[in-house]
Amino acid sequence: MRYLLRRLLLVPVPLLLVMGFVFIVLRVSGDPVAIYLGTDATPEMEALLRAELRLDDPVLVQFWHFLLDVLQGDFGNSLQFRAPALEVVMARLPGTLELLGLGLALGLGLGVLGGIAAAAFRDRLPDMALTVISVIGQSMPSFWLGILLIQLFALDLGWLPTSGRDGWESAVLPALTLGAFLLPNFLMVTRASVLESMNEQFVASARARGAGTTRALCFHAVPNAVNPVISLLGLQLGRMMGGAVVTETVFAWPGVGRLMVASIGQRDVPVVIVAVLVVAVTIVLANLLVDLVQAALDPRIRAD
Amino acid sequence: MRAGLRLRVWLGALLVGGLVLVAIFAPLLAPHDPYAQNLMMRLRPPVWADRGSWTHILGTDNFGRDLLSRLIYGSRLSITVGLAAMVIALVLGTTLGLVAGYVGGRVEHVIMRLAEAYQALPEILMAIVVVAVFGGGLTVLILVLGLAGWETYTRLAFNLTRSLRARAYVEAAVAGGAGAGYVMWRHILPQMAPVLTVVATLQVAQIILQETALSFLGLGLPPPTATWGNILAEGRDRLLVAPWIANLAGLSIVLLVLGINLLGGALRDMLDPQRLSRAAR
Repeated sequence: MRYLLRRLLLVPVPLLLVMGFVFIVLRVSGDPVAIYLGTDATPEMEALLRAELRLDDPVLVQFWHFLLDVLQGDFGNSLQFRAPALEVVMARLPGTLELLGLGLALGLGLGVLGGIAAAAFRDRLPDMALTVISVIGQSMPSFWLGILLIQLFALDLGWLPTSGRDGWESAVLPALTLGAFLLPNFLMVTRASVLESMNEQFVASARARGAGTTRALCFHAVPNAVNPVISLLGLQLGRMMGGAVVTETVFAWPGVGRLMVASIGQRDVPVVIVAVLVVAVTIVLANLLVDLVQAALDPRIRAD
Repeated sequence: MRAGLRLRVWLGALLVGGLVLVAIFAPLLAPHDPYAQNLMMRLRPPVWADRGSWTHILGTDNFGRDLLSRLIYGSRLSITVGLAAMVIALVLGTTLGLVAGYVGGRVEHVIMRLAEAYQALPEILMAIVVVAVFGGGLTVLILVLGLAGWETYTRLAFNLTRSLRARAYVEAAVAGGAGAGYVMWRHILPQMAPVLTVVATLQVAQIILQETALSFLGLGLPPPTATWGNILAEGRDRLLVAPWIANLAGLSIVLLVLGINLLGGALRDMLDPQRLSRAAR
């Protein structure tokens, strides 16, 4: 219970950092009026916005009101869609969450299975093959992998569509791309963690009591190797989001990441800011979930 | 496993060394001006394809620019950004971690909580915000990628400093009247150098992947600058007629990043005492 409270108290810290960061970037970049309104603004519009953003107040007062606006969900309007920026972004969130879910299921699932297999066959052929695949995977830019998959499965074989989000066929290649981006790290960490717990006394004692190799691995070594993998999941959330931005762009997948990149091209700053904040909130909440799951599984963390 | 280690060192050194030489001697090696357009020679395939010719060994792009020359010049940008951003992250992160670990108390608390919160932030998003507001340029790119990765070194330097501080030779130096700055610089930092080198090497690979990704998204140096990410993005729009453009740019990225990862991984294994004892057995 005390752990839960302490962990919940930490939630606002990264969010405040993100908002402070966005605020500072916007303010030091020069005149926010020009950024928000674009080039075709009238002096009246400028004066109105100047008052609304309280540009003549001290910086801390400005930041306070910026925070209040954010908490009330008031981010101004998108310049390209002529609609509230928050609505524009929220409409794309399900697409991104679907892609993240599929990619994570593939990357985490296959990564953990591969890591266990590599540990079980340590220093033998399957281990070496999986390690080589991981090192190459870690060196592969995911956008090129996506483009290779498009060339093979969409252009050459014609089995799957090249882009868009329309039925399960269109989700296969993006999910594979994001999954392959996440897989190597999970594989390597699972492998190292299982190898380490196989050296522990409880595994040796289980074997001494007559447990076979498979039983010692599946029921004793693997359950105790879960913790570092869950930690990695928490650490990878930000990287995962970056992977989603790239994957969405390669496959023209209608999600928050692609919207963000397109909005930069359109100089639609309100949408970029909302998108970043929505993604940051998602990551912070997911991080909280990861930590709570980890604490539920491992009493040592709660006791700390 | 020893043979595997030696193979990785050689392969990594060959790839990285080769590409660094290519970057340094780009003006001598490039057969053409990477920016010279020739609309008569658009989208020529590489020499091994049907209509290929030795004039443009790897073919040409949509503006008739020589692809080999553009890839050669692209190596310069990736290597420069990777090294410069790594140095920023290394110096900043190590300094903070060293001070936090040595001084302790409130300083430690502030620095380490900041590093923890920072770790939870999505780096590519911060990069996107900065580029959205300031526009992409070489300095912006290096700063953004450098400031994205400092907290790795902070955590590492902090933990190492904490354990090194308790060593007898450090206590002897303190007892002998050495100042905090002197002890950190002369007694603690040299002891962490090997571990920091490994992490920094592997980080260069990560930064180069991030740089090419930003470039691919159109958030790096603007076209017509020859960067691998830009070339790949241009190639993506011509996959049906000229797939070699995207694929050769992708291959260049993989070879450089793979080389760095092989070298860094081999260095790490050589330093890892567990692995050393296993190899000795």
